[in-house]
Amino acid sequence: MTSSISVAKVKQRRIAELISHGKRLDERGLNDHREVQIEVGIIERAEGSARVRLGKTEVMVGTKIELGEPFLDVPNEGVLTVNAELVPLASPKFEPGPPNENAIELARVVDRGIRESKAISLEKLCVTPGQKVFVVFVDVYVLNDDGNLIDASALAALAALLNTKIFNYEIKNGEVEIKPGYTQLPVVDYPIAVTFAKINDKLVADPWLVEEQVMDARLTITMDKDGKICALQKGGYGYFSVEQILDAAKIALQKTEELRKIVVKS
Amino acid sequence: MSIYVENKQLVTPGDLLAEGKYGAGENTYRDDDKIYATRVGLITLEDQTIHVVALKAFYIPSVGDTVIGKIVEVGLSAWMLDINAPYLAVLRAGDVLDRPFNPRKDELPAIFDIDDLVIAKIVAYDRTQDPLLTVREPGLGKITRGQIVEVTPTKIPRVIGRKGSMVSMIKRETGCQITIGQNGLILISGKTPEDERLAVLAIHKIEQESHTSGLTNRVTEMLQKEKEV
Amino acid sequence: MPRKTSEKMINQNGTRLDGRKLNEVRPLKIEVGILANADGSAYIEQGKNKILAAVYGPKELHPKHLALPDRALLQCRYHMAPFSVQERKSPAPSRREIELSKVIREALEPAVFLEHYPRTSIDVFIEVLQADGGTRCAGITVASLALADAGIPMRDLVAACAAGKVDGHLVLDLTDLEDKGGTADLPLAWMPNLNAITLLQMDGDLTTDEFEQVLNLAIEGCKQIHTLQKEALKAKYVAVKEAVEEE
Repeated sequence: MTSSISVAKVKQRRIAELISHGKRLDERGLNDHREVQIEVGIIERAEGSARVRLGKTEVMVGTKIELGEPFLDVPNEGVLTVNAELVPLASPKFEPGPPNENAIELARVVDRGIRESKAISLEKLCVTPGQKVFVVFVDVYVLNDDGNLIDASALAALAALLNTKIFNYEIKNGEVEIKPGYTQLPVVDYPIAVTFAKINDKLVADPWLVEEQVMDARLTITMDKDGKICALQKGGYGYFSVEQILDAAKIALQKTEELRKIVVKS
Repeated sequence: MSIYVENKQLVTPGDLLAEGKYGAGENTYRDDDKIYATRVGLITLEDQTIHVVALKAFYIPSVGDTVIGKIVEVGLSAWMLDINAPYLAVLRAGDVLDRPFNPRKDELPAIFDIDDLVIAKIVAYDRTQDPLLTVREPGLGKITRGQIVEVTPTKIPRVIGRKGSMVSMIKRETGCQITIGQNGLILISGKTPEDERLAVLAIHKIEQESHTSGLTNRVTEMLQKEKEV
Repeated sequence: MPRKTSEKMINQNGTRLDGRKLNEVRPLKIEVGILANADGSAYIEQGKNKILAAVYGPKELHPKHLALPDRALLQCRYHMAPFSVQERKSPAPSRREIELSKVIREALEPAVFLEHYPRTSIDVFIEVLQADGGTRCAGITVASLALADAGIPMRDLVAACAAGKVDGHLVLDLTDLEDKGGTADLPLAWMPNLNAITLLQMDGDLTTDEFEQVLNLAIEGCKQIHTLQKEALKAKYVAVKEAVEEE
């Protein structure tokens, strides 16, 4: 709870007051995202990679492809697994050690967006049915926490997947042999997450760190390219009214489209 | 302005009790002009104030209360006691000894040791510190005989009865000495184990049926019946 | 997480595999105050779900540096017994259990007057003895009763229920089979007297219109469950009162 970047009570009150008048401390509109910068292909050792800057929040995602066994109930599908690390250098609040509940929630929300939108055609990742499939590891590495890790991580994960290449192979005598050349990972949807914070009973999109410390609840809405909702996550110790949730969904429709354009362009 | 409940009605947390200029009494809270219950309990209407007498609640320390506590820690110059509350209570060595505490000569465990029971009074308590106890008054101090019965603290007033009528009746019928801690612990000390058993029986019955009427008579009847056996 | 299944889950009469209608909650049995050591406890059976909740506290929090100066710390552990599911589940906390422990805690926090007990902790334990879908919702339902049973003051009870989409129909209170074979599952927790949503998750595929309908359907389920929660809390007092009045 206490850290060297925690916000003084006086500032907390000011932020909440501003928001009830429709203004934010960094002069953004209530529904405006911070500036997004995306770079892809920065880690050559990874099969795919991307770095996203959302304001001062910085997240890097690297993807690795390996051969593995499919799950028993879906023997002809590849496997997707998402992991997130809140590495200590990203914030004085992060401590070394195995992923805590925040890291786990972050990974699972990003995973849900990709999985439920069926962004990756997992059937195309089958090598030998029931025996060998491609496993796509998506590793989220938070480099600087200035608020809204979920949206930044989801953007970076999508950008990294769009950037991911799988090595070519052929099956000789039941063994998988790697051939030269690569194929792009089959990505057919573009899930985008938009997170709202509730402060003084108002909703603001893309909360930054000081707003996160003042908010009492947050809502993440992930939408696919057709504007359908594929994942939802409420967080924080507060609550929402039905009207607030439905309003957020309307705003999300527009915001996810805006962000999707940015990712696809990179 | 409307009240949605009547006297003695059983309510649950979150139940809307009233709307308008009523007083939000015990175990209720106000949101805008609506008053809601915060615990399971029975409605008591007092003038324009609505109270909920909780059927089950833990003890919240209050300055002036007599409590029965168990020593759980022996420190360097104080003991920590479990008084059945969210916070441990503190009894300073200086309170027990008639002279200043001397760490080289005085051994705390010799006075009160772990698991000893003590009757004490709360002298100080607020949000920022644990409750502070004293044993300086007559009748306070280490408990050496008798047995302890525990009831939920909200039922203590029922055990005492109006102007002490209930507890006086039990003392009369069983011949036991009864010391009541506001924190839900009751010390019973009788001439025989059988006498003590009757007193314990009576207290359990009160706890079970505290929300019903005619309780004093029923407890008296039960005790008289048991004594005949 | 939807898995493909060729079996039809809902027949042409709108009846589900277990005989329920689309907007019917599973049969519920709730008991309060069933564990002797815990400060508060409750048990629920919802269809094949069997879930126990216990509350300890408020009590002083150790280690002291974790304690909050101005309110109680609500700690919550959602855990599934190894024998609760078809394939034995390892007792070690899984990532799913860790996430659910967090969202369940966040679903209960708004209901408790944490500010009344600074520097303490209130520990909530939810044990799933048998699981058949919707366990986080049933867990919240029974945990909020355990909190009330412990005599901890609350703004409201919290009732929870999931709704979703199966075979193109919008349904209430999905079983495990319906969750795996369906196209959307939306668990929701609700504070009935404050009209507030304290847990909201969804995985699947819903248009914004369908989403609004599923949301409202889940709230309907919560309202039904809330009525049963209140009855269960009052039950033991009502029974004693009736027995006494008969004498």
